[in-house]
Amino acid sequence: MDMAIKLSPATEEQKKLLAKVEKEAGTSVNLCYQCGKCTAGCPAAFAMDYPPRQVIRLLQLGLIDQALRAESIWICASCETCSARCPRGVDIASLMDTMRRQALKQGKADKRVAAFNKAFLSNVKNFGKTFEAGLLLRYNLTTGQLFKDMELGLPMMIRGKVGVLPERIKAREEMKKIFERAEKLGGDE
Amino acid sequence: MKFSYYPGCSLDGSGIEYGMSMERTARILGFELEELEDWNCCGATSGHNTDQLLSLALPARNLAIAEKTGMSMMTPCAACYSRHRHAEHVIQHDPEMKKKIEQVLETELQGTSETVSILDILANKIGTEAIAAKVTNPLTTMKAACYYGCLLVRPVEHTGFDDAEDPQTMDKVMKALGADAIEWSHKTECCGAAMVTSRPDVGNPMLYRVLKDAKESGAECIVTACPLCMLNLDMRQAKIEKQFKEKLDLPVYYVTELLAIACGDDPKTVGIEKHFVEAGKYLQIVKVRAAEAKAAAEKAAAEAAAKAKEKAAAAKDKAAAGKTKAPEKAKSEGDIAEPDPKKVEAFKTALTKNPAKMAAKLVADEAQAGILVSILDEKRIGKLADLMATDMELAKTAAAAFVTEELKRQGECQD
Repeated sequence: MDMAIKLSPATEEQKKLLAKVEKEAGTSVNLCYQCGKCTAGCPAAFAMDYPPRQVIRLLQLGLIDQALRAESIWICASCETCSARCPRGVDIASLMDTMRRQALKQGKADKRVAAFNKAFLSNVKNFGKTFEAGLLLRYNLTTGQLFKDMELGLPMMIRGKVGVLPERIKAREEMKKIFERAEKLGGDE
Repeated sequence: MKFSYYPGCSLDGSGIEYGMSMERTARILGFELEELEDWNCCGATSGHNTDQLLSLALPARNLAIAEKTGMSMMTPCAACYSRHRHAEHVIQHDPEMKKKIEQVLETELQGTSETVSILDILANKIGTEAIAAKVTNPLTTMKAACYYGCLLVRPVEHTGFDDAEDPQTMDKVMKALGADAIEWSHKTECCGAAMVTSRPDVGNPMLYRVLKDAKESGAECIVTACPLCMLNLDMRQAKIEKQFKEKLDLPVYYVTELLAIACGDDPKTVGIEKHFVEAGKYLQIVKVRAAEAKAAAEKAAAEAAAKAKEKAAAAKDKAAAGKTKAPEKAKSEGDIAEPDPKKVEAFKTALTKNPAKMAAKLVADEAQAGILVSILDEKRIGKLADLMATDMELAKTAAAAFVTEELKRQGECQD
């Protein structure tokens, strides 16, 4: 972790992006007085390059590009402990969520996580439900980890915990339209 | 009581025994579950990691169907619960976003849906007394760590049915089933969730810390109400034991499985054999220990009753002896032979006018003193005053005998 950060005034574009992230997250980074309560309670902070408090600090300093490149946003497990405990009411978990979406848009996402999410949502779009077995297989194929968790596959089948065929809902056409309209309307901002 | 039921995707697969035991729980406690018509996946983490509007529209489609039923919608899975509660919150508080969601769904939303968790239903809507009344095989001596994880209690403004730091609903249900709900510090710490699959270097230490704290706090099993927590705690436990070189051996149960079993179900009917960490054996151990505890309690009660009877008889004899053999006793012990009539009168007055104070002098235990006060009649006051004037110790013994007699009488009435 490189602690020294060269400060330069945020560009108009960066300021605009930060404002957009704050609006979408429904919170303001300037409320934060850097007490560190979020980091103290974060169960994943041990593995982060910038713990939650520092991610907020980066945003306060207008360093949104660094924040979006931080590995931390992909290590956050969305457990919501930070937001629940923040004495200033900063919704840090929501900020992390928004930054993940922003990083995805900019092509800065963790490739494995992005692959998993894509496989998952394609299931939902096509069938209306997720199909765990098919999902894991597709995830392993696209990420080249063919034998990941294979030792659990057979025991799960024996226990009747793997559906053989994907379940489909009736309103599959409606699901496709929901995805299309959400993409169209979401992109308006 | 009837609920709309949103099982969620995992109850068809990895969480199959949660579904089985949920149906049994509803049957046992007498509430109905009506599956939501043609429901869709809530989008889960992948949804809110990818697109905000989509992540709200997916659960909102279910809410639109649910609000037409006029019933609350129960979601067993903690993640489904969280996504639907979140969408509900936005629909009710953010008119601008609500409009967008309606455009995506091409449906108008009333905002009247209410998503509820199984813990809320069990502890608050049905209540632990009603649950306890159905228990036939109490889980006495079971030492359970009630694990809530993240999304049943956070974010507070979306959940709100229990405390975010020290929730109690599951603890109360487990106690109603006869089990011991141990105190531990990781009941709302994250199990690692999807990180255990996608980033084991991050997820595994998180999972290990939860398991380790349960073990160190004296738990012999973990109870959960979330299919993903179950998947991690149960299916991945062997891997965690290997990686951290520590034997944990903690069976994990859904709260609904234990409820059905405590109410007489065979563990097989709720899918206990589908678990990865052997979970049937511990139930057998608890069964044996519960039977032993019951036998021991019955024996102790019988002994106590016999002892009380003996004591009462002895007190009677002694009291009688105190009266008839008073001169002899007076000679040998140097006591006052006959009770001083003035003293007897004074004690009688005191016992009548200030029974609570006098009872406290005779019986140390506050509750028992209260019982003594409630049963003081003229006859008993006379006897106690007599004895108090002669020998305070004798009076105390007699008072204790009165209380025991009364307790026994009350016990018989209850039987």
